Amino acid sequence: MQLSSVTPSAGHGVERASTFMTLRNILILVVIAASLAFFAKGYVLFQATMVLAYAIALVGLNLLTGYNGQISLGHGAFFAIGAYSLAILMNWDVPYWLAIPAAGAISMVAGYAFGRPALKLQGLYLALATFTLSVVLPQLLKYKLFQPWTGGVGGIVIIKPDAPFGIPLTSDQFCYLFTLLVTAVMFVIARNLIDSGTGRAMRAIRDHQMAATSMGINHQHYKSMTFGVSAAFAGVGGSLSALAVQFVSPDSFTMFLSISLLVGVVVGGVGTLWGALFGAVFIMFVPELAEKVSKDAAWAVYGLVLILLVFAMPKGVMGLINRLHSKSVARNV
Amino acid sequence: METLIQQVAVGLASGGIYACLALALVMIYQATHHVNFAQGEMAMFSTFVAWTLIQAGLGYWAAFFITVIGSFIASAAIEFAIIRPLHKAPELSVVAVFIGLLVIFHSVAGWVFGTELREFPSPFSKDAWFGGSLMSPHQVGTIFVALCIVAALFAFFRHTTLGLTMRAAAQNPGSSRLLGIRVGRMLMLGWGLAGAIGAVAGMMVAPVVFLDPGMMTGVLIYAFAGALIGGIDNPVGAIVGGFLVGVLENLLGTYVVGTDLKLTVALVLIVGVLIVRPAGLLGRRTVQRV
Repeated sequence: MQLSSVTPSAGHGVERASTFMTLRNILILVVIAASLAFFAKGYVLFQATMVLAYAIALVGLNLLTGYNGQISLGHGAFFAIGAYSLAILMNWDVPYWLAIPAAGAISMVAGYAFGRPALKLQGLYLALATFTLSVVLPQLLKYKLFQPWTGGVGGIVIIKPDAPFGIPLTSDQFCYLFTLLVTAVMFVIARNLIDSGTGRAMRAIRDHQMAATSMGINHQHYKSMTFGVSAAFAGVGGSLSALAVQFVSPDSFTMFLSISLLVGVVVGGVGTLWGALFGAVFIMFVPELAEKVSKDAAWAVYGLVLILLVFAMPKGVMGLINRLHSKSVARNV
Repeated sequence: METLIQQVAVGLASGGIYACLALALVMIYQATHHVNFAQGEMAMFSTFVAWTLIQAGLGYWAAFFITVIGSFIASAAIEFAIIRPLHKAPELSVVAVFIGLLVIFHSVAGWVFGTELREFPSPFSKDAWFGGSLMSPHQVGTIFVALCIVAALFAFFRHTTLGLTMRAAAQNPGSSRLLGIRVGRMLMLGWGLAGAIGAVAGMMVAPVVFLDPGMMTGVLIYAFAGALIGGIDNPVGAIVGGFLVGVLENLLGTYVVGTDLKLTVALVLIVGVLIVRPAGLLGRRTVQRV
C-alpha cells in the first residue's frame, strides 16, 4: 500500500474549493453558525460545540495525511494531550484563553518530537507507529506514576468559564461562541498555510518526495514540522472538547477516537479544507444515528453507512461538491 | 532460570498465534498490496461459523474444512463486491472501507452469536505425545501448523506459475495486464487465500483465548506488529516476527514492567526496531525508480 502518494489529484481540489468557498459564502456560514447559539439549547449546543472541536482536529489530520501524505492512526493521542494539558493547566488556575494556546503548543512539541524519528517510516509502518501512540497514551494516562497530574482512571473535572465583562450569555452559549471563534481562526491559519510556499512544499513532498527534494525542499524539516502543526490543531480541538465536556478521563481517548478521526477525514474529503466540517458531523452524529436504527447491531449500521458513503463519494463530500460545482460552472459558461 | 525458560515457552506459544495471523496479513499484502484491518474480525467470524457447525453435530475436521472453504469463498466475494469497485478510489478510502468491514463483522458476530465467552475444541488431544511440561499439545500443534502453512506458501509463491502471477498482479497491475494476466481474478484469489488462512488462525487461537467477538482485537495488533517487524513482504519474516513479538511481550511483562504497561512497552520497542530498520528485519528495501 503506497500511502505516500495518497491522492495526486487532490491538489487541484484546493483551488476549485476556494472558488466555491468564497468570502461571502464563508461569512454566511459563520453568521448562521453564530446564530445557532441563540436558537439551540442544552444538548444540541453541546453537540455543535463538539462538531467544531472535531473539525479543528480533522483539519490538522488532513494537513498531515491529505496535504503531506503521512498517514496517522494516532491523532486521538494528540487530541488527548491537548485535552489533558488544558485540564491540568486550568487546575493550576491558568485562565482558559491562555490554556488553549498552551495546549496547542504542548501538542505541537509532542507532535514534532514524534514526527522527527518517525521520518524514516512510511505508509503502513508509519500507520503502525502512530497507532501505537493511540494505544499507549490511555495506558500512560492511567499509570500510577503520573496520577498526581492526570488523576489516574478518575480523570479531571473542569469548570466551564462564564462569559467575561458581564455579557449576558450562559456559559454554554459562551463556550460555543468561543469555540466558533477559535475554529474560524484555525481555519484561516490552515488556509493560509496551504496556500503559502510551505503548503506547496508539503504537497510536493506528498506527490513525489524525491523530486521535491531534488528541487531543494528539505523534506525532513517540512515533514516533521507538518507533524507538529497537525498535532497542534488536534491539541486545540482536544482542549476545546474538554472545555465542552467539562471532564477528561483516559477512556474518552481510546484508539477508536483515532480511527474515527481518520474516517472523518475520508468522509469529508482527503486533501480538502472544508471537508473537515462534514467529517466532524459524521463523527458526531452517525454513531448516535446508528444506535437509533438498531440497538443490537449499531456498529454494523455505522460500518454500512461508512461503506455506502465511500461508494457514493470516493473522494469525500468535498469531492462531490467540487464536481457538482465545476459542472454547474461549465454549464453557465 | 527456570522461570525464564517457562516465560520463553509461553511467549513462543502465543507467538505461534501471532505468527499465524501475521502470515494471513503478509499473504494478502503479497497478493493485493493492501493490509486488511478487518482480517482479525473476519477470522473471528469464521471461527464462530465453525463453532456453530460443531454445535450442530459435525465432527471437528468436517467443520474445519467446511469453514476454511467457506471463508475462501466469502473473502473472494467481499473482494469482488466491495473492494474491486473501488480500485480507482483514493488509497485512504479503501482503508475506511476496511474499518467499516471491521466494525460490521464485530457487531454482527455479537448480535448473531452473543457476546459471552465460549469454549472451542482443540484438534490436538490433551495427552498427545508432543506435549510437555512447558507447552501443551495444542501450543506445540499451533506452532507446527503455522510452520506448515508458511512452508506451503513459500513453495507456492516461489515455485508455481500461479504464485508468480499473483505476485506480479499485485506489484504491477498495469504491466501484468499487458502480459495477459487477469489481474482482478488474481486479487480475488489472494483475498480468498487470506480469508482461508485467517480462518485457520482463528480456529487455532480460539481454544486458547476463548471464543468471543473481541477475541481478535489484541491478537491483531500483535500480529500486525509481527508482520511489520519481520518485513511485510516476507512470509518467513512474518513467522519470525510473530514469535519475536510473543516472546518479547512475555519477557518484558515478567521482568521489566508489570502487566499494566506490557502492551505499551512491547509496541514502543517494535517502533524502535522499525526506526533502526525501516523495512523490518527480513524485509527488502524497495528502490524507487524516478
